[in-house]
Amino acid sequence: MDIKAGRLVNPCSTRITKTGAWRTFVPVFDHEKCIKCSICEIYCPEGCIHQEEELFIPDLDYCKGCSVCAHECPRMAIEMVLEEK
Amino acid sequence: MSQKISSQTYVDKPTKTANMKVVEGSYAVAHAVMCCRPDVISAYPITPQTHIVEHLSQLVADGELDSEFLTVDSEFSALSVLVGSSAFGARSYSSTTSQGLALMYEVLYNVSGMRLPVVMNVANRAMGAPLNIWNDQQDSVGARDAGWLQIYVEDVQEAVDATLQAYKIAEDEEIRTPIMVCMDGFILTHVYEPVELLDKEMAKEFLPAYKPADILDPANPKTFGAFADPTTYTEFRYQQFEAQQKALGKIEKVAREFEKTFGRYYGGLLDSYLAEDAEVVIVTMGSVIGTIKDTIDAMRIEGKKVGLVKVRSYRPFPVLALRNALKDASVIAVLEKDVSIGSEAGLVTDLKAAFYNSNIRVPIIGFTAGLGGRDITIKDIRKIVQKAEAASKGIESEFEFLNLRTEIL
Repeated sequence: MDIKAGRLVNPCSTRITKTGAWRTFVPVFDHEKCIKCSICEIYCPEGCIHQEEELFIPDLDYCKGCSVCAHECPRMAIEMVLEEK
Repeated sequence: MSQKISSQTYVDKPTKTANMKVVEGSYAVAHAVMCCRPDVISAYPITPQTHIVEHLSQLVADGELDSEFLTVDSEFSALSVLVGSSAFGARSYSSTTSQGLALMYEVLYNVSGMRLPVVMNVANRAMGAPLNIWNDQQDSVGARDAGWLQIYVEDVQEAVDATLQAYKIAEDEEIRTPIMVCMDGFILTHVYEPVELLDKEMAKEFLPAYKPADILDPANPKTFGAFADPTTYTEFRYQQFEAQQKALGKIEKVAREFEKTFGRYYGGLLDSYLAEDAEVVIVTMGSVIGTIKDTIDAMRIEGKKVGLVKVRSYRPFPVLALRNALKDASVIAVLEKDVSIGSEAGLVTDLKAAFYNSNIRVPIIGFTAGLGGRDITIKDIRKIVQKAEAASKGIESEFEFLNLRTEIL
């Protein structure tokens, strides 16, 4: 990715600017426990949880590890795990 | 990259003096700004720069200058307006001083970070508290790390000429960095002296219209200064660093181009006065240079080898040019109107840093003087030279407040 002086970007720049880098904990989904209620998708402040082929998946390019999804899940199907890089 | 300094003495300039007028420093600068044809002027009145924008508003009202003149509610707004106008592709101007510059502090980084070539005259003045309206250079030296280029001028004529040069440097596509043209408040802004005002047509030829490659345009939307996370932020700072390094050559080049057109030259990055064979060299910035030159003239007659190196470009700091200009000195005395409370002062610290990893081993001592408008006299310069001579045999005091009134402490 080339950067342009003055941090000049075209529209939709968040598609190239990933914001997941400051995450410490990563949500891990237990799809067995999941009842497909969509609460995680609704509560995610980043709007980065989506359903793909029935399963709820976080987009880790943008997930900041805030734990809201894990906190709100009625079946405790989401566990926040320390992410080491 | 040319880093040669001038050996020409100041007494020779200006060479073409046919059209000199006795005007106030602020008027001369306003006239120069008019010749730069800014599209947008935004400023909040604050003494001693008030006259500059007062004169500009008059020029706009009289129809002499076709420019959008915005009266705003604070210095913060004054510079924020220019972020928008400059990003829109408009040539943008403001001027400020002391507390006003301090209020702009946040926006200074936005302007430089978005690489917007705004030009601003800073009428240098002391920072409060204590409340003080007089001249020193604490305000702009304190903003040295904000990513702006900083040029310090010696007299009104240089303030005029540097203002025109500033746009040419700032707007260069390779540089795209804002500039502060720093002139001593009151001493230069309020003085009446003979000045050769710029010729509009010549200025137009010297400084063509501003046509940036990227602008804010609804038809082709873009964002300036967008989010940059830890994976790219460093690289943006590096780009600014690199642009300032490129400005070293550009400042010198533009000063020479200006000389070719207008016949006046003040040095690009530096200038020197009888420094080549000097044993004691005084290094300084701003209007105190006149007093120093008079002192040097007198001391030369007495047989003392004293010289001067004027730092014109403080940012970028011309390390190589300074090493070259000062390599043969026996001792260097830095005189400046600022203090880095808790350390020494801006110029002396930077100069020592510039020499530390070189082969040049010359004692450098620093003096802070003229704070809050205290006069710096010929007697004071003689005292500095005397102290410097003593320091060449062994430094007793690396840094001091000149003429400290110990009796009232």
